[in-house]
Amino acid sequence: MSPGTRTKIAVLGVLLLVLLLVPILLPSAFHLRVAALVWINATAALGLALLMGQAGQVSLGHAGFMGIGAYATALGPKHLGLDPLASMALGTLAAGLLALLVGRPILRLKGHYLAVATLGLGILVHLVIVSEVPITGGPDGIQVPRLEFLGWRLVGPELWYGITGTVLLLAAWLALNLEDSATGRALRALHDSEIAASVVGVDVARHKLVVFVIAAVYAAIAGGLFALFNRFVTPDVAGFLRSIELVTMVVIGGMGSIAGAIVGAALLTVLPQALTLFHEYEHAVLGFLIILFMVFLRQGIVPGLAGLLARRRLA
Amino acid sequence: MSLLEARGVSIAFGGLRALDAVGFSVDPGEVLAIIGPNGAGKTTLFNIVSGLYRPHAGEVRLAGEEVTGLPPHELAARGLARTFQNLQIFFRMSALENVMVGRHLKERRRLWAELLGLPSVLRENRESREKARELLDFVGLAERAEDPASALPYGALKRLEIARALACAPKVLMLDEPAAGCNPVETEEIDRLIVAIARKGIAVVLVEHDMKLVMRISDRVLVLEQGRALTEGTPQSVRSDPRVIEAYLGRHGLEAAHAA
Amino acid sequence: MAELVQLLFAGLTTGAVYALVALGFTLIFQASEVVNFAQGEFVMLGGMVTVFAMKAGLPLPLSALLAVLVAVATGVLLHRLAIEPAKGATVVTLIIVTIGASILVRGLAQILFDKQFHALPAFTGDEPLRVLGAAILPQSLWVLGGAAAIVFGLWLFMERTLLGKAVRATAANRLAAELVGIDTRLVLALAFAVSAAIGAVGGILVTPITLTSYAVGTLLALKGFAAAMLGGIGNPVGAVAGGLFLGLLEAFAAGWISSTYKDGVAFLVILLVLFLMPQGLFGRRAVERV
Repeated sequence: MSPGTRTKIAVLGVLLLVLLLVPILLPSAFHLRVAALVWINATAALGLALLMGQAGQVSLGHAGFMGIGAYATALGPKHLGLDPLASMALGTLAAGLLALLVGRPILRLKGHYLAVATLGLGILVHLVIVSEVPITGGPDGIQVPRLEFLGWRLVGPELWYGITGTVLLLAAWLALNLEDSATGRALRALHDSEIAASVVGVDVARHKLVVFVIAAVYAAIAGGLFALFNRFVTPDVAGFLRSIELVTMVVIGGMGSIAGAIVGAALLTVLPQALTLFHEYEHAVLGFLIILFMVFLRQGIVPGLAGLLARRRLA
Repeated sequence: MSLLEARGVSIAFGGLRALDAVGFSVDPGEVLAIIGPNGAGKTTLFNIVSGLYRPHAGEVRLAGEEVTGLPPHELAARGLARTFQNLQIFFRMSALENVMVGRHLKERRRLWAELLGLPSVLRENRESREKARELLDFVGLAERAEDPASALPYGALKRLEIARALACAPKVLMLDEPAAGCNPVETEEIDRLIVAIARKGIAVVLVEHDMKLVMRISDRVLVLEQGRALTEGTPQSVRSDPRVIEAYLGRHGLEAAHAA
Repeated sequence: MAELVQLLFAGLTTGAVYALVALGFTLIFQASEVVNFAQGEFVMLGGMVTVFAMKAGLPLPLSALLAVLVAVATGVLLHRLAIEPAKGATVVTLIIVTIGASILVRGLAQILFDKQFHALPAFTGDEPLRVLGAAILPQSLWVLGGAAAIVFGLWLFMERTLLGKAVRATAANRLAAELVGIDTRLVLALAFAVSAAIGAVGGILVTPITLTSYAVGTLLALKGFAAAMLGGIGNPVGAVAGGLFLGLLEAFAAGWISSTYKDGVAFLVILLVLFLMPQGLFGRRAVERV
């Protein structure tokens, strides 16, 4: 068995196990809702992990794509009389197209210039959502109709736990497959040296564009799922802080690690829930913990712990 | 018609003429060395031929077709591969994966199949891995295949770059200072490697400072000085050319060489 | 004409604050290659500490001095406790560290102060000056004058003092600077301290016009970062020009296009500039050497 296949089986196996165990160990509606939120965030983070971790392209505006997915799902039924699921599909398509359109000029930029351009893109999306009050409901947010499927009303935390968990499993499977393919290798190669990648035949601009679109689609799907699950969206879903949260999930979990993105998403989704215990100290503690993690586990949790284990085994 | 041909190539950086109407040609199985003092424009010529810079004048032809200014990945598709003077390794990947990336153009890269992990993709992965292993074996790195590239010593990385370039199955291989920074033993290994590559019918163009290596393995030598072609010929004729000695050692060197 | 002058002054005033934030970014970036997203928090601290010190009965100059000191202490602590320990981490990791720091500072400010908006009295009255038919707040002149003084002072410091030269040497080549005996750790700490002071002064100057709260730092950091990138990162002249340009852009977009979309116009222009000039307005085009 190749190393790629081994990783794939290990990650998917552990993920499946966790997905099955959580409802048994934490069966309350509250816990299931938090877990569903984790799976949704993890789906978005996975896309960003492909873009940032594998291909090394920073995006500080990725929540913009999440916002497009979420708001399309909310607005389609309201203004166009579309089915929520069809609206979500359209939103995902729209996010993908936007990424395709702006990707080429944006991805020519490097490092901090890329960071500021993606930041601007995210802010523009957020601004449109906040400002077009008659369409989007503005800063107050908007209701999302209940999802019905063949006459069935999809409600209840158990069901949404299942839906979001399945989507995440699928998203992780696709991401792991991509990692272990010619395209995946090309992405990791251009991360280290664009010049060397191009002289062995990698069309660097095209590959960056492909992974940017994939990351946008992942985020839009996560956004759509969030809208359907939460039944209410506010512009925060597309905001700068949300983008930063997504980046932090990827970095804290471990850049370049698919499993890391999921761990990071879990940590950054559960932590604020847990920190409400600290009441008004919530933000201060969150900031402090982020610094702590980045200073002491700078490669991220998954690669960091893997390194520790390997060293222990050698010792 | 030669396999790779550059004619009248000129480029200037901020008014400074780095190359002035330089040309060369190379045939299959031939080893052409480009030498010259530092700043003569050797690497610049390499970068133009391999598509990193666009020349202000002149043309490059590969297998009879004009390829001047084509992006590197399209040149790679037409059979041109190269290595770098300051290593350009994919340090986040294993040695094996580095070489597998070299097979990029041989792989079919259908995104949907890759996302779904179809059997055809897995089969292709396996094929690439086998081919990459063979090449690592060819350059003498078979035991280090699974090691992260970042753990390999300098001399090994030089050979890893050659293996990666060979994975493109090139018609022309351009080596930018393949032996720079290598000890005599490593240099000798590289030396043997280049001869073996040329014997496969690949045209080799190399920039190198190690004159012993150049004289041993080159069929022809092109000497550059301050962006111009000083002379071109067999290693013997170049070695005894007074202009070359002067360029390298200055006028005193020339006198010394005469005196000797 | 009156409208033009009005917008021009409004733009230059906000632009001056962006320029100061961008200058702070640039200073820290030059010395350490860290993009400090906590830069906006220094501006917040400048305004908030002054407000609360005055509430406690201190006079304005003393309150302002206290605010600058608090910001400088925060900057130095940020360097010692977060940036220094994370030395050698990747660019993105360091960005996350500074964002973590900004969340921490904001969280603390929210507890120590409050969540309300606060104003400071204008330094020299609220009576607008008439210039070519436009009404200019005297405080605007304080902001512009203060920003100009800081830029000039910083230039003097960098060009004329030994310490300033040490900062420039460290920026140019850290290893070489260490080899000639420069204490680069001290230089980095200094860069954080000076950046913090610059940000705080900006915050104090502008609070009488724009109000302040614990949360104003985020947007300022974004704008300052954008301004610094617009000018070409690591270039102090570019940072100031980028800041002023961004301020003017917003003012004219608000006046002539739409006040809701003024930020949008600003970022749209930034995107267009970067598409055409990937190294910013004043950045040098780097040729990759292989």
